[in-house]
Amino acid sequence: MAGRILPSPSAGEGGPRTILLRPGADLTGFRDAARRLAASGARPEAVTWSVESAPGLFGSDGAPDADRPLSLPRAVVDLIPQVVPHRDPERYSLLYTLIWRSLHGERHLMEVASDPVVHRLSRMAKAIRRDLHKMHAFLRFHRVEDAAGERFVAWFEPDHHILEAAAPFFVRRFAGMRWTILTPEGRAVWDGTALTYGPPGSRSDVPEGDGFEAGWQTYYETTFNPARVNPKAMRAEMPKKYWRNMPETAAIPALLRGAADRTAQMIEREPTVPARREPARAVAAMADQDPNSLDELNAIIRKTEPLVPGATQAVLGEGPLGATLAFVGEQPGDQEDLKGRPFVGPAGQLLSRAMAEAGIDREASYLTNAVKHFKFTLRGKRRIHEKPTAGEVSHYRWWLDRELDFVAPKLVVALGATAVLALTGKSIPITRARGPFRFDRRDNRFQGFITVHPSYLLRLPDEAKEEAYAAFLDDLKRIAALGAELAA
Amino acid sequence: MGCGNEDREGRPDALVSLGFVFIFRSMDEVLAKKLRILADAAKYDASCASSGAPKRAAGKDGIGSTTGAGICHAYTPDGRCVSLLKILLTNWCLFDCAYCVNRRSSNVPRAKFTVEEVVNLTLNFYKRNYIEGLFLSSGIIKSPDHTMELMTRVAKSLRRDHGFAGYIHLKSIPEASPWLIEEAGLYADRLSINVELPTEASLGRLAPEKDGAAIQGAMAQIGERIVQAKAEKRRFAPAGHSTQVIVGADDTTDAALIAKSELLYGSVGLKRVYYSAFSPIPDGSRILPLKAPPLAREHRLYQADWLLRYYEFSAEEVASASEGGMLALDIDPKLAWALKYRERFPVDVNTADREMLLRVPGLGARAVDRIVKARKHTTLRLDDVARLTSSLKRARPFLIAADHRPVGLTDRQDLRARLVEPAQQLSLF
Repeated sequence: MAGRILPSPSAGEGGPRTILLRPGADLTGFRDAARRLAASGARPEAVTWSVESAPGLFGSDGAPDADRPLSLPRAVVDLIPQVVPHRDPERYSLLYTLIWRSLHGERHLMEVASDPVVHRLSRMAKAIRRDLHKMHAFLRFHRVEDAAGERFVAWFEPDHHILEAAAPFFVRRFAGMRWTILTPEGRAVWDGTALTYGPPGSRSDVPEGDGFEAGWQTYYETTFNPARVNPKAMRAEMPKKYWRNMPETAAIPALLRGAADRTAQMIEREPTVPARREPARAVAAMADQDPNSLDELNAIIRKTEPLVPGATQAVLGEGPLGATLAFVGEQPGDQEDLKGRPFVGPAGQLLSRAMAEAGIDREASYLTNAVKHFKFTLRGKRRIHEKPTAGEVSHYRWWLDRELDFVAPKLVVALGATAVLALTGKSIPITRARGPFRFDRRDNRFQGFITVHPSYLLRLPDEAKEEAYAAFLDDLKRIAALGAELAA
Repeated sequence: MGCGNEDREGRPDALVSLGFVFIFRSMDEVLAKKLRILADAAKYDASCASSGAPKRAAGKDGIGSTTGAGICHAYTPDGRCVSLLKILLTNWCLFDCAYCVNRRSSNVPRAKFTVEEVVNLTLNFYKRNYIEGLFLSSGIIKSPDHTMELMTRVAKSLRRDHGFAGYIHLKSIPEASPWLIEEAGLYADRLSINVELPTEASLGRLAPEKDGAAIQGAMAQIGERIVQAKAEKRRFAPAGHSTQVIVGADDTTDAALIAKSELLYGSVGLKRVYYSAFSPIPDGSRILPLKAPPLAREHRLYQADWLLRYYEFSAEEVASASEGGMLALDIDPKLAWALKYRERFPVDVNTADREMLLRVPGLGARAVDRIVKARKHTTLRLDDVARLTSSLKRARPFLIAADHRPVGLTDRQDLRARLVEPAQQLSLF
């Protein structure tokens, strides 16, 4: 809605003019008027801004300049809506002065924070930010019930015309509730889907009492530390004018009166005889909370929700304790996730075949993964495996460390880069580190061997497959020999 | 006072089922009593921040949002902010830390919330706009793992079962198994582990069950995971981690405290160190001084901490202006530094580097930014500076402006006396 410019009978172009705006924060009216005034070259000192509540005076007067946006510096554009809700009657004329000067040789005016006009407008904007912040902070909802169920109602008295600026915060925060905020200037109503504004309310529209108010008062009283009493700091942040609409503040006078005595009592009181609670067994049991066996560890892994969401179940390691060889892969794939067993999909089958050819007994080896849960992206109905990130590998590596402690293999085989990362904490290129390797990490010290992951072989083009498989087989033969040597 | 499972009986009206959400119509006496005990037991933790979380809004039928900066919903008469519902899951504890009101040998009344009770309190307080979210801590019962699991269940239930998008701060238990911390970070906005006592010797004397290495290790784990998750755009304690040290329970100097903080900010990427003046507690321990908390000292430590984080001071520089390792109580540490290094002043507002302007007493970081911007377009006079900072009186002797030069003022013997704040009288209404 445009503000209306009243022509002064005696004035020509650039002569004195009066602008009428709606009461409250008339952002649209101000914007339209400012555009037209600036376009017609009206100097700030020739314009009088006035607020008029009679509705008949408004409506676009059809002036052609109203829709033509001004080219203003961003900082000025941003400041306008921050100042318009201020109740200071001079806000419009100060803003127009800022616009005028920004357009006439002082484009960087907003950067000169020491300029008196900029300074004053910035302080108004700050007052609005504070008023908004206090409304977001100190407004209290009361729960009521109506035919549709639960509803929350609040009464609040802001210093400035900020209801419409403040309401979106409550929509973002309380989207799933139905609520009404009443102020002396208007109301905001959220029904769960739409925000509407309506007529003012009064404090008596909000019912007294709410089942949780007493609980909140209890909390407020309890969280106060009488040894640190500092009412000045409290009043600076929570001025008294807000108190009457905040249930907890009823407790303040009594808390302050009692503070000195309570503190003195705590200080003067003789230390009492300590409670005879020396639960030596409990304290010892506490220290012994670590899983004591692989089964206990596996029970923990099984009941923990995936740290990488989406998996059906945790896929645990498989194989005998004390196995000579432990193979560590990346993470379960689609089939492993469904069956709950490691290395049963296509890559696992390839590994089994190669192990057999290299003379390694799969049943006598321990097979596990760095990450215990499948991670994928859904493409149509297919779950496409997704490589775990370094952070995800870290989430899981505590379990891998403990697992290997229990299994205590003679040789740990890292299949692929993710396993190397989990075992060393570092990214090491396979091509460089392939072969025997010592995994030294905290308490874990294992003879190790680094080779590729069998899934890598599956992804190669056919012509490269044969050679790569031969190299993998070669690695497995060396692993078998190394294992036999270490076990001897 | 025992655990909370039995008190459900005999109050059929207390719970009203609304689909998945249980809503307490009103709080019954048993729950109120537990709240009194478990809020009282939690209040000695100084952290109140609800800041740093990425901006979030409630889902369609959910509640909860985060604003980035955090909101204080009330202030108590000690001037402290009430932002989060700060409670313990239980104040039963196996540990016997001398400074702690909940140590196992203390005679305070004990209570324990159920997971559901904490969830319901949080939701109901949140819906009335009393709080930004939950800050949950706990005494250690059964085992650190058991306790940590219960705390994580609270956070998980709020997020999963109730679509709660408000702020959650979990006080992690460093003695818990590391995988539990990995899980907690998925639901919490902030994790924290309290250092409490800055030296191994003090820990050994005052907190015999605590282990400095475990604390350090867990903080490093959290710090590393936060950095990784940020880089991978995954969620893990997005508001960072923090810690608290107790001031005045042992004989650690301010210089040592500040050095410790600098180390923690650098090594494990802490967002905040909170300093908590050791406060007399009901049923205090014999081995600790029962006296009023050193609030002025705590205040100066916070100021020194700000110098580290926002004013490009090193811990060593802050300490160099102290007396025997202790910060002056009558002037702030920045002023103390300026008085000690007077030869570096006065500084010209129209030409000095940002770094040097930051060292001028009375000029805050924001004022310095405004000065640097404004002087590109104009030459600043003293009146201009007065509009850019609210403490010109303190800045004046250290500044040169277009129309101002503090002739000899920085050399005056009584400069310190002229700038000392009048001793603050803490008075009641």
